[in-house]
Formats: sequence, structure tokens, C-alpha cells
Amino acid sequence: MPKQSIGEKLNGISEQMKSSQAWNSIFRPGSIFRKGYSDNPRNRSYVVMNSLIYHLHPVKVKRHAVKVSYTLCLGGLSFFLFILLTVTGIFLMFFYRPTAAQAWDDIYTLQTSVTFGLFVRNMHRWTAHLMVLTVFLHMARVFYHGAYKAPREFNWVIGVILLTLTLLLSFTGYLLPWDQLALWAVTVGTNMMGYTPVFGDQVRFVLLGGVEIGTDTLLRWYVLHVLMLPFVAVIFMAIHFWRVRKDGGISGPL
Amino acid sequence: MAEIPEHLLKRAQEARDRLQGGDDGAALEAEETSESKIPEYLLERSVAAKDRETVSPSASQVAGSTLPPPAGTGPGGNTQRLLTVVKSGSIQDVKLKPVDKVHVWPHLLVVEFVAALAITAFSTIFSIFVNAPLLELANFNQTPNPSKAPWYFLGLQELLTMFHPMVAGVTIPGLALFLLILAPYIDKNPSKKPEDRKFAIALMTFHLMFWAVLVMIGSFFRGPGFNFIFPWADGLFFEL
Repeated sequence: MPKQSIGEKLNGISEQMKSSQAWNSIFRPGSIFRKGYSDNPRNRSYVVMNSLIYHLHPVKVKRHAVKVSYTLCLGGLSFFLFILLTVTGIFLMFFYRPTAAQAWDDIYTLQTSVTFGLFVRNMHRWTAHLMVLTVFLHMARVFYHGAYKAPREFNWVIGVILLTLTLLLSFTGYLLPWDQLALWAVTVGTNMMGYTPVFGDQVRFVLLGGVEIGTDTLLRWYVLHVLMLPFVAVIFMAIHFWRVRKDGGISGPL
Repeated sequence: MAEIPEHLLKRAQEARDRLQGGDDGAALEAEETSESKIPEYLLERSVAAKDRETVSPSASQVAGSTLPPPAGTGPGGNTQRLLTVVKSGSIQDVKLKPVDKVHVWPHLLVVEFVAALAITAFSTIFSIFVNAPLLELANFNQTPNPSKAPWYFLGLQELLTMFHPMVAGVTIPGLALFLLILAPYIDKNPSKKPEDRKFAIALMTFHLMFWAVLVMIGSFFRGPGFNFIFPWADGLFFEL
């Protein structure tokens, strides 16, 4: 028997793996990872139809919809940044306690003694700013394309709600490092909200969890930041994406 | 390819034989009789149904439950027959025009994947070289000068220097948000062409520029005491 080269051996192993029951149970028919995948219209349909992608995309879209110069990928990028922020945010949660006595020390320790701590915090901060920017630009793009017109009026409304949620997510996260920047930026912000007519003081009290910023504020904004606002945002995103498809795919061409 | 059922083939063969036999008159006659007369088996069935109705309903129900399910009663045992062929477009008006479409895989997914990779690469490299700010521990007794809100609220803070806080902090942003939400219901112009919607575009551009300029001023041109400065002369007073 001729000696097999390493490449042939690896090939044999991968063939064997791809024929196993376990492999075929993971990758549904049409998957590009299945044995014997070939590029044909039927399999191209299956790749979408038989995978999680089908929750986001139909099997086919209008030809102009894949032109990068039309959407600039801004909506998709906003969503992707949201995922990046969730991943980095979960990492940060392992090292952070939302109390006035511990918050700043935790961040400092994260930066100095946790492997990749500084890097992940940087990622979280910069992608957060980036997301505010992409969401804002996405709104501008949709407006200039007139994509908010019938039948997409309501999806525009949801979009504006998502923009507001993005700003609130960013703003609630701003307080959490509990440094001078956080404290005074939030002081300026919440003072402004305190001027809400009629029940301004109550609004401020609810936001701060007291008459002034303190540990209670930190806990409140932490829960808003890591749980409540993302939860609400995910629900609105689900409706937003679903409506894109129900309203006939992305708008255009102009 | 789907197989043609045997009885259909047989029927087609019979019809062909009849036509080829040259017995045109007989064929026509057969057609006429079949059109004018209700097929015998249908008549039989309706008679049977009437008979069943005369029996009391409870009895018929009991009897029905014990009877075997009705078998096909048509010729050759099939229960349906071709009544007519409706040509497309004669009843339904198809309004949907065919659209030029492409497969999401690979055309769209590849674009999305590359975009995601690009932004990941960008934020990774940026995060390696630029550190997020962490100033000293929060201190209630020491107000930094200037104290600035996050950059996206600096437009509001800028308005605060011009108007009463209720106007700058609540009324103007609230109104802006409200109008933004209502935009699709205010703008009744159905056209999406830029040349048809000059006013809408001008208004939105003004709106966006309004906030962009205010944010720029608040970010870069405000120094200690929130007074005007030039960043190239007095330095940056801006943290992200």
C-alpha cells in the first residue's frame, strides 16, 4: 500500500467527519459545510432557507439591494456593532460592581491586571461611539432615499425609537466608570432633564434614584444599561427587521 | 419527471382512437350527450343522498359512523374531472411585475461579511492604539472646568447657553424628536426622486446640519467656563 501524504490523510479524515451522523445533524441540507456541496441555484436557496439567516434575509433580494453604494451597510453595521457591544459588555460585567465605593477601582483593576481588560474596555467604548454615529447616518440615508414613505412609515417610527434607545444606552453607560468625566457629564445631562415642565423634579428623582447622583444612581443606570435598554432595543430591532421584509424589502432604486 | 396516471393515458388513447376512427359524427354526438346530460353516476349519488335525508337525522348519523368512507365514484374510481381550462390572465389580473433578483447567498451575505470584518478590524486597531479615558475618581467637591455632557448631547448643552433650560433641554429636543417621528405622516409627497423633494431634503439637511454644527461648537470651541475658544490656540477641552 503506497504511503499517504499528510494532505491525503487530512482529506480522508475530513471526508470521514463530513459523512458522520453528527456532522449532518448540525449542518442542514444545502449548508456550504455539507459533503458534496456544489454551487447551484437550489443550494444557494437552501443556504438561506435552511439556516438561521432565514430569520434576517429572504432567499432572494432585488439586485439593487446588494449595491453597497445604496445602503452603505449602515443599518447592518449598527446591528453588528450592537452584537460587538453585547459581547464586550458581557466580558466587562465579570469585573465590575456598580457601587460608588467599588466601580472606579474595578475599572482601574480591569485595565491594569486583567488580561485584555484594557483592550476590551477600549473596544466597548469606541464601538459605542461608532454605533451612535452609524445609527445617525443610517437615519440620514433612509431620509434622503425617501425610504420612510408608504408602506414604510411605521418602520421609520420604530427607527427613531431605536435611535433614541441607542442614545440612552450610550448615556447610561457613560456614568458607569464613575470617574470625574462620568459624574459631571451625567450631572449636566440629568440637570437638563430636571427642567421637564410640571413634573421635572420627579423625573430627575426617578432617574437618579434620589435627589443627587450616588450609589443608587449607579445601580439604577447599570441595570438600565445592561438589561432593560438592551432588552427593549432587541424587541424593537426584531420588529424593525421583520418590517423591512414585510414592507417589501429595502426601498429603491430611486 | 412526474408520471402520468394510467387512467389518464387510457382516456387520452381512447379519445385519440375515436377521432382517428373517422367516426366524426359519433364523436360529436357523444360530446353533445355528455354536455346536455348530467352523468349517470352523479344522478345516482344525488338520489342516494335524498334517500338518506328521509331517515331521521340521529339514525343517519349513527349509520354514517358505521359506514365505510365513500370510495371514488367517478369513472375509473377518480373523484374529480376536468371541467374547464382557465387561461392565465382571463380571470386574474397579475399586477406584480417580475423583478430582477439575486440570491442572498452569496451576493448579499458576502458584502455583509466583508463590512463586518472591516468594522471589526477598524475598531480592533483603534482600540489597540487609543485608550478609553479614565479620569480620577468621581469627586462631588471638585467640578471640572469645563463640565461637558457626552458629545451627542453637546448640541443641547450649546442651546443651554442661549435659551432657558426648559426650552433648550426639553422643548427643542422634544419637538425635534416628535417631528422626526411624524416625518412620514407630514410628508405626503409620494415621489422618492430627489428632484421632486427639494423642500424635504433642504429641511432635513438644515436640521442635521443644525445639530452637527452645535455639536462641533460644543465639542471643540468651548473651553473653561464654557466660553468660546479656538482649539488650535487654546487646546482641546474634549473627552470621548
